[in-house]
Order: sequence, then C-alpha cells, then structure tokens
Amino acid sequence: MPELVSHPDEVKILSRRFGQGAADIDKYLELDGYKAVQMAIEKGPDWTINEMKASGLRGRGGAGFPTGMKWSFVPKQSAKPKYVLVNGDESEPGTCKDHLIFLHDPHAVIEGTMIAGLAIGSKMGFIYLRGEYRYLLKIMEKAVADAYAKGFLGKKIFGSEFDFDIVTQTGAGAYEVGEESALMESLEGKRGVPRIKPPFPAVVGLYGGPTVINNAETIATAPHALLMGGEAYAKVGSERNGGTRLFCISGHVERPGVYELPMGYNLKKMIYEVAGGIRGGKKLKAVVPGGSSTPVLLPEEIDIGMDFDQVGKAGSMLGSGGVVVLDETVCMVEFALRTISFYQHESCGWCIPCREGTDWLKKSITRLHAGGAVDKDIDNIRYLAENMMGRTFCPLGDAAAMPTLGFVKKFRKEFEDHLNGKGCPYEHSRELVSA
Amino acid sequence: MAAEMTSIFSPELAARFDKLVTLYPVRRSALIPMLLYAQDEVGYISDAVVTEIAERIGITELDVKSVLSYYSMLRTKPAGKYNIQVCTNISCMLRDGYGILEHCKNRLGIGHKQTTADGLFSLEEVECIGACCWAPAVQVNYDFYDQLTPEKMDKVIDDYAAGRGKETI
Repeated sequence: MPELVSHPDEVKILSRRFGQGAADIDKYLELDGYKAVQMAIEKGPDWTINEMKASGLRGRGGAGFPTGMKWSFVPKQSAKPKYVLVNGDESEPGTCKDHLIFLHDPHAVIEGTMIAGLAIGSKMGFIYLRGEYRYLLKIMEKAVADAYAKGFLGKKIFGSEFDFDIVTQTGAGAYEVGEESALMESLEGKRGVPRIKPPFPAVVGLYGGPTVINNAETIATAPHALLMGGEAYAKVGSERNGGTRLFCISGHVERPGVYELPMGYNLKKMIYEVAGGIRGGKKLKAVVPGGSSTPVLLPEEIDIGMDFDQVGKAGSMLGSGGVVVLDETVCMVEFALRTISFYQHESCGWCIPCREGTDWLKKSITRLHAGGAVDKDIDNIRYLAENMMGRTFCPLGDAAAMPTLGFVKKFRKEFEDHLNGKGCPYEHSRELVSA
Repeated sequence: MAAEMTSIFSPELAARFDKLVTLYPVRRSALIPMLLYAQDEVGYISDAVVTEIAERIGITELDVKSVLSYYSMLRTKPAGKYNIQVCTNISCMLRDGYGILEHCKNRLGIGHKQTTADGLFSLEEVECIGACCWAPAVQVNYDFYDQLTPEKMDKVIDDYAAGRGKETI
C-alpha cells in the first residue's frame, strides 16, 4: 500500500478524504460526498460551468487548460450523444497522484464525472485507467456499482431529470494513450494512434460525438471546487492558477511522497522543507519539475512558484506535477539516456519525426554515454531534437525532444566529459538495459 | 454471439464477455479489456483467443492482431505464473531500480522477458508503473510492491514461491 505523507504546509482539499476509508460509499457520504453534484443538478449547467471558470482550475494532466472553458466549448445542441472521458492512464514518469485518488477517493472521480456530464449535457461517462492499475480498477468498479445501488447513477438521479451512466475501462500498457485523441482511439478498441486536430474533441470526439476529456485529478477536484465555491477555491492558489494540486515528489529527497500544496508554492521550499531536503545531506544537482517530459531545472533556477505560468517563465513546464529530484551523484547523460529510452519505447510510430527521432536520439546518447562520440555529436543530438519539435500530431515528439534539449543545454560540460573514448566518469553509472 | 459456438473461455469469463460487449456504444470498445482478461485466464493471447474475440466482437482477426501488437501488457507467448515487472524508469532508477532488477536476474537466473525452467517466474524490465514516490517498485502480475530493497524483494519472491503471494486479477 502506497504510504501517505503529511506536511503542515499542505492544504488538503482534494486529498482531505485520503486515509479516511472514503472508498466506502457511506463514509464518502458522511464526508460531504455527492453534495456537489446535487448542487450542480439544482443550479444547472450554466451555474456549474461559471463556478468552474471562477475556480481557476486548470487541467492537471499537464497542459493546464482552464477546465471551465473546456466544458463551455462543448456545443449545447448536438445530433450525436456527448461524452465525458476521464483520463486515468497516468503514465508520465514521476507521476503517481491518480494512483492515490483511485485508491482513497474513487467516488470523487465518479462525482466529478457526473458534474462534467451535467455541465455539458452528456448522459454517459467513461473512466479509463491504465492496465497496470488493476487493483485500482477493482476499487473504481466497486464504487461505480455502489453508486448505482444507491441510485446516484442511472435514471432520474436525485429525483431530477438528469440521467447518467458510467463505464470503467482498462488500458493494456501504452503511455501514448494518455494523449487525449489516442485515448479516444483506445476506448474505441483501436491502436492508440493520435488523431489530427482540428476537429477538437469538444466538437468531434468519442464515437464522433462532442467529448470532454479531463485528467482524473481535474475531475476529482471539480466537486471540491463547487463545494467551496469557485472563487474561494481560486483564492487558495496563485494568479490565474486556482486551488491546489497533488505534487508527486520523488527521487533523492528525504521524504518522497504525494503532497497537496497550493498552486504557486515555492519549488525550493517544496524540496527542502516539505520533502525534507536532499537524501543523505548531498548536494542538489537538478530538478525535473513536472514529469519526465519537462525540461530540467538547475539548483539556481528553483526559487520559483509552482504554477503553470511561473514554471513556464523559468523555461520549463508544470506538467503533471511529478517533481523528480536529482542529487550530485547522478550522471546526467545516463539520466538523459533513460529518459529518451522511455520515449523511444513509447513512440507509437505514427509520425516519422517522433519515431525516427526518438530512436536516433537513443542511439546517439547510448554511444555518447559509452564514450564513442565526438564533439559534433552533441550538436547532432541538439539538432535532431530541435527538428522533432512541433512536427508531430501529438505532443509525444515534443515530450521527448524538450527534456533532451534541456539536458544538452544545461549540462553540456557533462556531455563533453564523455567524449572521445573517455566514457562515463561516474563509476556507478552503467550501460542501461533497454526496456 | 451464436449459441452453438463453443467457447475456449471459462463459463464465467464467457458470461462476462457477453455483457462487456453491450456496455459501450460500439461492441469494439470491449476489445482491449477482453484481450487483457483473456490473457489473465489463458496466460497469453493464443491464436484461439484471437479467433474467438474477433468473432465475439464481429471484427477480423487482423483487426485484433493489429491492436494486440500495440499494447505492451499483451503477449503472444506464455509468461511465468508470476510475472515480475521491475520499473527502472527515472524515479525508480534514482532509488536503485536497476539494483532490484539485477538482484532479480541473479536470484532467478533469468533475464528480461525470460521465464524460469519450472514456469513459476518470469522477469520483465518495465516502464513507469505509477509508483514513483514509493520507489523502487515492482509489480508481480497486478500487485504492487514498493520501497524495495534486495532483502524485501527476496521476501516477495519467497512468498510467491511458497504460494503465499497476493493475487489480484
């Protein structure tokens, strides 16, 4: 069972039911469960969307798109059925927050899905979990069954005219499916290959109908934002970044864990105070601030607020909230190699710049790490990565290129130290087994 | 499906599949769960599994194989009864995930995607399994084990060898 951690600076909104047994529907009800959806039913779709807009909640999957605005893009009238699709394909290395949400608060996911459904005029929602999360899928399935048994799902919910059904779905191992259009393909029983946009899912989505796709954390936050009131929720966070988010702090810190902190919380403080500093009193070398696809930050760059805008200004991205902390013992070339190996493995092969680019980057960095590269290879790596950027259907190509560019730019000296037969100067660094 | 067709699946799984194809706006949406659940029961996706699932959904075998080849958890050859999947992605790597992988290799005498002679264990190096804050982590079939050390890993293997391991399906 994943360990729960705590720190006085946390503001527990989304995680307030963690560890309270709220997977049990009666316990969930006792803890204000299914109150927000009743409010939404009573006050209607327009009120709901306005509250979500006021909450300043932005997509927790990584893109940071304002949730209320996303919901408002769905056309009111549609010849085809509209759908809500919850993205629980959590696969971005460094990210394990949805894991805890499904484990501790599955009904919040259901309630959020219902609220999204009511807001956009949909009668059906899908909750998609990655295939590896089987034990969490079972928890979700039980929660859905319990909600049906209480009459919270199905027809005429809470005595209203609102009908809503939820189906849970399992993936079967594919990072790419976390991309929204690939996710729809997967749910339609196909290979997880991205679709070209436009049309955007809000217009043509799942089964051709207008679809709202939200990350599981975003969806689970919706009931809390309504209960608190949009404005009150927004105030917890920073400017244009409403509320809190679950930050997954991993790597070389004393107390790794998932902490719920206000948007805009200082990254340095997060590492040194909340997570207890660098393990074993070692020196900090680098931080990957938002999952493996986000460009690395140097120790002198981490005195920033963790919200979408401030991290963007610092040249990286808030991403999925996975803060990966590296101490001085890490070989950055090895770390870059492990990162690109992942993207090479996960590229679906649809777009050539991504398929070929990730493969060549992996080969080039493998050779460099082993000492078989010369000076111009470093620029070749940079050139390859630059030419992947913005040239693919989905963001996986960028997700592979961006961190690579960051490693080369910020740790060039370390790349140079491997050249001309010298090989890796770090004794413990090894040739990676390819996954 | 036609009543006269004999299923290669257990009656429970066949009944589950009958229901699964009705849950979605299109039958094909049940494909990926069906493949995974079939693999849980049969051990891998055999040709017979492909044939029956294609027939149940009403798509070609080629459609099924095309999807099958995309998803990394689906396999076309048997694995060990207990498939140990060691994560070595960044967060686990920083906390000695590679050490755990090496330990498993030495302990079991097998490498990546290999199976022990008695068929009890197989080993796989896998990408991020969503347990980054509790690294290093592994999955044995669907069950998670986290904050591992070589000693704790040995205990996990010992428990499965003795038939005491967790078995979530």
